[in-house]
Amino acid sequence: MDNLIDILDLSVEEIDELVEKAKDIINNPDAYREKCRYKKLATLFFEPSTRTRLSFESAMLDLGGNVIGFSGADNSSAAKGESVSDTVRTVGCYADIIAMRHPKEGAPLVASMHAGIPVINAGDGGHNHPTQTLTDLLTINMEKGRFTDMTIGLCGDLKFGRTVHSLIEAMSRYSGIRFVFISPKELKLPSYVVDEYLTKNNIPFEETNDLMAAMPNLDILYMTRVQRERFFNEEDYIRLKDSYILTREKLAEAKADLTIMHPLPRVNEISVDVDDDERAAYFKQVRYGKFIRMALILKMLGIE
Amino acid sequence: MNIDGITNGLVIDHIEAGKGMELYNALHLGDLESSVALIKNVTSHKMGKKDIIKVDEVLDVDLDVLGFIDPNITVNIIKDNEIVGKKHIELPKKVTNLIKCKNPRCITSTEQELPHIFKLTDPATRTYRCIYCETKARETRV
Ligand SMILES: [Zn+2]
Repeated sequence: MDNLIDILDLSVEEIDELVEKAKDIINNPDAYREKCRYKKLATLFFEPSTRTRLSFESAMLDLGGNVIGFSGADNSSAAKGESVSDTVRTVGCYADIIAMRHPKEGAPLVASMHAGIPVINAGDGGHNHPTQTLTDLLTINMEKGRFTDMTIGLCGDLKFGRTVHSLIEAMSRYSGIRFVFISPKELKLPSYVVDEYLTKNNIPFEETNDLMAAMPNLDILYMTRVQRERFFNEEDYIRLKDSYILTREKLAEAKADLTIMHPLPRVNEISVDVDDDERAAYFKQVRYGKFIRMALILKMLGIE
Repeated sequence: MNIDGITNGLVIDHIEAGKGMELYNALHLGDLESSVALIKNVTSHKMGKKDIIKVDEVLDVDLDVLGFIDPNITVNIIKDNEIVGKKHIELPKKVTNLIKCKNPRCITSTEQELPHIFKLTDPATRTYRCIYCETKARETRV
């Protein structure tokens, strides 16, 4: 694999391979501590995303590699008007692999055409964020021990959340998957996602605005954040942001082996009293995020 | 209406009525030295009305542009006053700088020198998408 721009760049087999590699790293971390010695990861963050950057950098450091890079547009070449392709051509002279975040859609693809070294898309606007999806997939596999035969509830902003769309896209490639979409009507899943991934592949799903009613059937509950910047009008945001908040009481009817996920950061969609519940997996998800990025870096650098 | 036939050249036929001028511009026929005729609203059995373009002395034309605008267009090659062949028109897999991506969040909106490239993603619906941001080309106007 040369680059990872879109989760669909990866076949189901390649995803399995990455998940297995990540599990091996989790079980034998010492075997991987020197794997990327003398290798450099460049984190080019044209917009800040501390969480994602720290995950990539920790992944490389835990493989014994080094990290260079920048974060935020003001201290970067972009502020001086340099193009993405010139920036990555320069970085390609120093580093072995790039993780790039950019506010514009398609910027990592442009980078991959010019860098001469592998490029990982670490998020391009609201477009693609494949390592978030890989993180979600590893979490599901670690917590459930499988990718097949389960009911996945997605709750909150299903309209704008690209993470949600990518997860639906990725999970609809496995058998025995059912989805329950829980949102207010203003934030429903767009019809093109329904058409392209669900109807086309005959995947059963239901839509509801009642989290409590959906709860007893779920094997996974994926909560999302309602983002202020998605709304033109403050009133709509304030009205909708509190529409789906997960609390301990709402979990009363949930399965004992439910897995609660969230891409983080949360605002208030999961009440802190849920954090101690053993079904809460969102902080474990952060840990898994580092391990899957370690597996990905190894694969892209061609290191066993 | 009658337009003189051409001895050597191309006849671009079965153009949807009204699209002739768009095609004329997209193929940059205005830049040619040789004679070019754009005939509008010709009666057609098949189409009701159609446009036709005749180009003298030219045997080479960008078939991708034609295929993108309308794959049902036909192109006849004329030599010594006779039709000697047809060019095969199909939907191009990819078009470069023929249409522009209009998504304000697309990298092409800030990096002016990038080529605007659209890929055919669904031949059945003739859907083209920007390779950078995957936005659908809303129309096939050039
Ligand atoms: Zn675009």
